[in-house]
Amino acid sequence: MSVVLDISHVSKCYAAYRSNLQRFANWFGASIAPESEFWANRDISFQVKQGEALALIGQNGAGKSTLLKIITGTVRPTSGSVTVAGRISAILELGLGFNSEFTGRQNIYQAGGLMGFSQAELTELMPAIEDFAEIGEFFDQPTRVYSSGMQARLAFALATAKRPDVLIVDEVLSVGDSYFQHKSFDRIRQFKQEGTSIILVTHSLGDVRALCDRVILLDKGTVMKDGAPDEVVDYYNAMIAERENAKMTVEQKRNQNGWLNTRSGSFEVVIDSIMLLDAKTLDPVNTARVGQQLLLKLVAHSNQDIPRLVLGYMLRDRAGHVMWGTNTWHTKQVIENVTAGEKIEYDLPFTCTLGPGSYAFSPTLVSSDTHLENNYEWQDNALVFDVVNVDGTFFIGSSWLDAKFMISRQG
Amino acid sequence: MLKSVWHYRHFILASIRGDLRGRFARSRLGAFWFILHPLAQALIFSIVLAEVMHARMPNIDSRAAYPIYLLSGMAAWGLFSEIMNRSIGIFIEQGSAMKKISFPKLCLPLIIWGSALINHVLLLAAIAVIFLFFGHYPGLAWLYLIPGMLLISVMAFGIGVFLGVLNVFVRDVAQFMTVFMQLWFWFTPIVYVKSVVPEKFRPLIELNPMTPLVNLYQDALLLNQAPSWPSLWPAVVIGGVAVVLSFVVFRRASPELVDAL
Repeated sequence: MSVVLDISHVSKCYAAYRSNLQRFANWFGASIAPESEFWANRDISFQVKQGEALALIGQNGAGKSTLLKIITGTVRPTSGSVTVAGRISAILELGLGFNSEFTGRQNIYQAGGLMGFSQAELTELMPAIEDFAEIGEFFDQPTRVYSSGMQARLAFALATAKRPDVLIVDEVLSVGDSYFQHKSFDRIRQFKQEGTSIILVTHSLGDVRALCDRVILLDKGTVMKDGAPDEVVDYYNAMIAERENAKMTVEQKRNQNGWLNTRSGSFEVVIDSIMLLDAKTLDPVNTARVGQQLLLKLVAHSNQDIPRLVLGYMLRDRAGHVMWGTNTWHTKQVIENVTAGEKIEYDLPFTCTLGPGSYAFSPTLVSSDTHLENNYEWQDNALVFDVVNVDGTFFIGSSWLDAKFMISRQG
Repeated sequence: MLKSVWHYRHFILASIRGDLRGRFARSRLGAFWFILHPLAQALIFSIVLAEVMHARMPNIDSRAAYPIYLLSGMAAWGLFSEIMNRSIGIFIEQGSAMKKISFPKLCLPLIIWGSALINHVLLLAAIAVIFLFFGHYPGLAWLYLIPGMLLISVMAFGIGVFLGVLNVFVRDVAQFMTVFMQLWFWFTPIVYVKSVVPEKFRPLIELNPMTPLVNLYQDALLLNQAPSWPSLWPAVVIGGVAVVLSFVVFRRASPELVDAL
């Protein structure tokens, strides 16, 4: 597939000068060094292919929005270049620079004109925009009376009125209600199938997994990781935990079946083994049957004295959707005063009520209900197993309900 | 830069229409205000100053001379100050659009230019009607207003865009200019005639590039006379320099422009 967007060594520096006279002098050939510089982006390079959906993730201030603005063209890079083959449409922040005195319709003409559409084109697109925004009579009222969700609807409807070659979406969808979010994602997905490349900034890691083929993690203005969604998202989660706890390491490896194992933590307590056994025979299980009684056994030992220990589990399917998760804090089974060298064994008997497919358990050893306080050890996808439906009736979906049809016929 | 502006020409035209409409949204008299404003101002001045100035009007002996003189000067000044004041503030005013949509920013002052020119022509039409009430019939000399408009708007556009770019970085520029424009107004013979100015201030008035341009309007509208072409040279030079300077500054500043908004 062809490359639509080529970002090459892009850097953006916000310079502050002691006085603006120095800045003005620089426009006319002087080279006065600024008093302080802030590099929002530093040497970022990547390419986006046609039809590829890319998510930019990272903490606040990582440079995501600046990068989007540079790609859109509203902010110019200090160095480097952005080459686009085709038309870009972007929804940055709220609204599209709407004039609050104008009606929705007038604003569509105004903002649409700024986007390079002719008035005739906009008149032609107008019914579709009005239809998609679904804001009813507000469409002909001034935008100052709009709620933020309505502004987002109008902006999204306009920005996606005509399929662009690159669509850039910056978090704006988070203000819409779930109905509109759903509708917007459907349109984004449809565009993607028709060959539009998508660049999305989001903090919802669920969206990332659901929509994107590729994720770039930005940190302090540079590309920290660029790869498949599960790999980067798990790394990002581990990195957030790391921020809270400086003495932490992150290791990642991918097993033969494609599951990515991410291990991170400060390792005061470490996981020795995690096994899935048949509850009756205690034989190890790689492939479980629907309805089988299973036992998940985890053995850990502590290297240091720690005040509190909580074990959490998360069960996810292949696409990263969480099937189930809880921890011993929620079940009120927190262990207190663990001494160095102690061995702790956790047994979790359960019935396999999952549908056929591949699943993974991610265990985490922490000191409270979140992993942010003390993350001793966290392994994404530590134990992978398959579920097959051999003796039951056929069903689809990822959970097995012990349900039976009761049919009665009368007459 | 100019090529991309050309690509946006339809947008510029549509925006000029929208601008005229938008400026008077939510007001009852709507579009009448842009004519009523300068007329009311001229009326105030002529009520206050008519008796004082009447005697001093040169070459003409009519009660209507002073109001006509005043309206001509005010029309010229109005065009100048509208383009100037709005260009200074335009980049800040449209900051939110500039941050969200990528488009040639030069469109913005061009829209102002176009909208101000249309306003101005409408105002001149209204003035022509008022002149008829005074029994003063417009002559062919009105055609001299065309180069006048051009020179005034070029100068205002050049200075306005130049200061508008600076204003994004140093917001004091706009504040300073509101004061300065008042001073400039009073140093231009609009309300008074040149002959009443004390000798020591004369050079200042002569150096003022707006003086010959306002004169052009007054000569054409009141006296049906052609302007003295050589007197326009300073305005041509200043206008040309201002436009070139504003383009250079705009080009140099535009990478940083959005950053400072």
